[in-house]
Amino acid sequence: MENELVINAEGMHYTPLNKAIRSAVAKGTEKIRIEHVLGQRFIADGLKGRVKITVHGTPGGDLGMFMSGPSIEVFGNCDHAPGNTMDGGEIIIHGSAGDATAHSMRGGLVMVRDDIGYRGGIHMKEYGDHRPVLIIGGNACAFLGEYMAGGLVLVLGSGEKRVLPNRGIGSGIHGGLIIIRGDVPDQTLGVGAKKSRATEEEKRLIDPYIRRYAAVYGRDPKPLLDDEYTIITPSSGRPFANKYTWE
Amino acid sequence: MNPGSVPAKFKVRIDADQCMLCERCVENCPYGTYRREGEHISVDSRRCVACHRCVAMCPRDSITIEEKPVDYRSHPLWTRESREAIYNQARTGRIVLAGMGNASDLPIIFDRLLLDACQVTNPSIDPLREPMELRTYIGKKPRKLDLRKKRNGDIELKTRLHPNLRLNTPIMIGHMSYGAISLNAQLSMARAVASEGTFMGTGEGGLHPALREFQDNMIVQVASGRFGVDIDYLERGAAIEIKIGQGAKPGIGGHLPGEKIDPDISQTRMIPERSDAISPAPHHDIYSIEDLKQLVHSLKEATEWKKPVFVKIAAVHNVAAIASGIARSSADAVVIDGFRGGTGAAPRVFRDHVGIPIEAAIAAVDQKLRSQGIRNEVSIIASGGIRDAAEVTKAIALGADAIYIGTAALIAMGCRVCGTCYRGLCPWGIATQNSSLTRRLNPDVEWQHVANLIRGWTLEISELMGAAGINSIESLRGNRDRLRGYLLDEAMMNILDVQPVGA
Ligand code: SF4
Ligand code: SF4
Repeated sequence: MENELVINAEGMHYTPLNKAIRSAVAKGTEKIRIEHVLGQRFIADGLKGRVKITVHGTPGGDLGMFMSGPSIEVFGNCDHAPGNTMDGGEIIIHGSAGDATAHSMRGGLVMVRDDIGYRGGIHMKEYGDHRPVLIIGGNACAFLGEYMAGGLVLVLGSGEKRVLPNRGIGSGIHGGLIIIRGDVPDQTLGVGAKKSRATEEEKRLIDPYIRRYAAVYGRDPKPLLDDEYTIITPSSGRPFANKYTWE
Repeated sequence: MNPGSVPAKFKVRIDADQCMLCERCVENCPYGTYRREGEHISVDSRRCVACHRCVAMCPRDSITIEEKPVDYRSHPLWTRESREAIYNQARTGRIVLAGMGNASDLPIIFDRLLLDACQVTNPSIDPLREPMELRTYIGKKPRKLDLRKKRNGDIELKTRLHPNLRLNTPIMIGHMSYGAISLNAQLSMARAVASEGTFMGTGEGGLHPALREFQDNMIVQVASGRFGVDIDYLERGAAIEIKIGQGAKPGIGGHLPGEKIDPDISQTRMIPERSDAISPAPHHDIYSIEDLKQLVHSLKEATEWKKPVFVKIAAVHNVAAIASGIARSSADAVVIDGFRGGTGAAPRVFRDHVGIPIEAAIAAVDQKLRSQGIRNEVSIIASGGIRDAAEVTKAIALGADAIYIGTAALIAMGCRVCGTCYRGLCPWGIATQNSSLTRRLNPDVEWQHVANLIRGWTLEISELMGAAGINSIESLRGNRDRLRGYLLDEAMMNILDVQPVGA
């Protein structure tokens, strides 16, 4: 393919790997294929531009941290915190991801085909049209969307078994939305979160994301589109307002 | 109970014979203490916070403010503060928040450490006629230098040096965010540090575009809320500081209430207007010392290993072991914030009871890092209630490389430590975003005051060093022989590693 750089990352440390990526981007390379990735952390950390990167293998933690613009497609699983404090661009994962996926993310899209670990989407935030989206095709563990201040977390629970986060969903949430397919038991909600069944209008909001998910991973969107969804929002924009008094 | 049942904190009096009815006190008090009524100024003392704005503005010196005009029945245990906190909580059932630093009456170790000076046996140095080296480098130092002589006789340095900050004085200004303080206050301090060749922190509030011209003298902060953090912000800073803890409230997060998030602050922090800005207690991507290392590395990797990364912690019981872990995380400096550190707001129980004095923390950390042979791996920056050049000098003699000031810099711009920053009505235009108040702080004037303070202290440090026969700050650092403990107990002196006076 024209203008595609192939990097064999076998045995390579992450710093020279990132240097190679950066210098290719600086030279105007539009596509980068990184092969034999095995545990290299910080891939595309702080990277800017419009480059498309494919990662083949298993990247280490903090994939695309602080990234602003590029899109990464991972053919494999990710370690913890892909999309950490990410600003813009996309991370598409063909597999599962670890804890703190999309931690403090402020823009762009992280989409995971299968499951994620604990604290997914924790402290995500938005500003203006900077609105991060985290789509989880399978299941998420506890403390999903804690302290969320903006953005959208969508859990499709489309794996073989639907296992919900068992507790702490949206504790301290003060902005943004968590949308989970099916019903969510009350006792799994964190302090400061409230739930309701998604209205038709709210479902229209997630419609394009479901279609995107189905298209990327070759799934049938219909059962996902037809199902019911629970929407979790802040019970107040000021979760700590009644905790303090002044001296 | 109604609020009137607790005695007023201050009594304000106007000397009617002196007063010329100019009404400046009326205009200047944002708390509404004064009102013009016919031919006199009427006073509501209960509104007064003793910010002294009126006192400073009154052309006739006719205002008197007296603290605690009504006594409680005295009792050594049931102090006024303890009783009033109970009234407050009995009424509200909430956590009591308080402003500025630790207000409990604990001994100040700095006051019990005395500095040395030369007499007869070795001469003192006059900084007027001898060069004094106060230049300080913050960052990793190589364990050894690898030098090679080239064919032409030049010496080539083979060792790869780590990025360091170059300071003309060991005094920096710590992190106070835009939001907590006004843009005019930040602008004044930024211009001052740029002119004095030193640095200041942005706090966890992003970098306002107006400050970009000073970005080479600014340390950007990455705290648990990650407010205002993007790659552009990280690239602009001269260094990056990860904030783990704060001396005024170790172990807990913080939040800027939504009413303070105006359009400008919302833009700088990158959060919606009027939404609460909540910084959780931990960073949720750091649950261990290995995770901290990961964050340090990710920040370095994102900025291509060009910038020093600092880690700030509160001084707590195990501070030396924690600092040693930080030194091994490849951080370039550890910032230790003592229990007297200031803040806009902290729960009173934390402010007054959690953490340890900065003096003991510096000595313990320096000692631990030296004993492990890794003191060169990190610089030590100390902060938390440092009040004058003598304390800077003592902090360095205890082992610090540099210090951060916070409250002292605000005082240079007019702050009277009234402790009501949280009301957002700072009469001096510092801890407020109200434009009619921030206008009172003119950066074109105030930067000079902050610069003067840094310069004055720097001159005093050179004099103190000269008197002790020391001409380079390197020789003062960790030089406990220049300190003596006065009325400190033996255990404390062991921690500080100083001898008693007379020894
Ligand atoms: S500022 Fe002084 S002189 Fe002027 S009205 Fe107030 S008390 Fe009187
Ligand atoms: S900054 Fe302002 S409100 Fe805060 S203590 Fe100083 S004078 Fe008072």
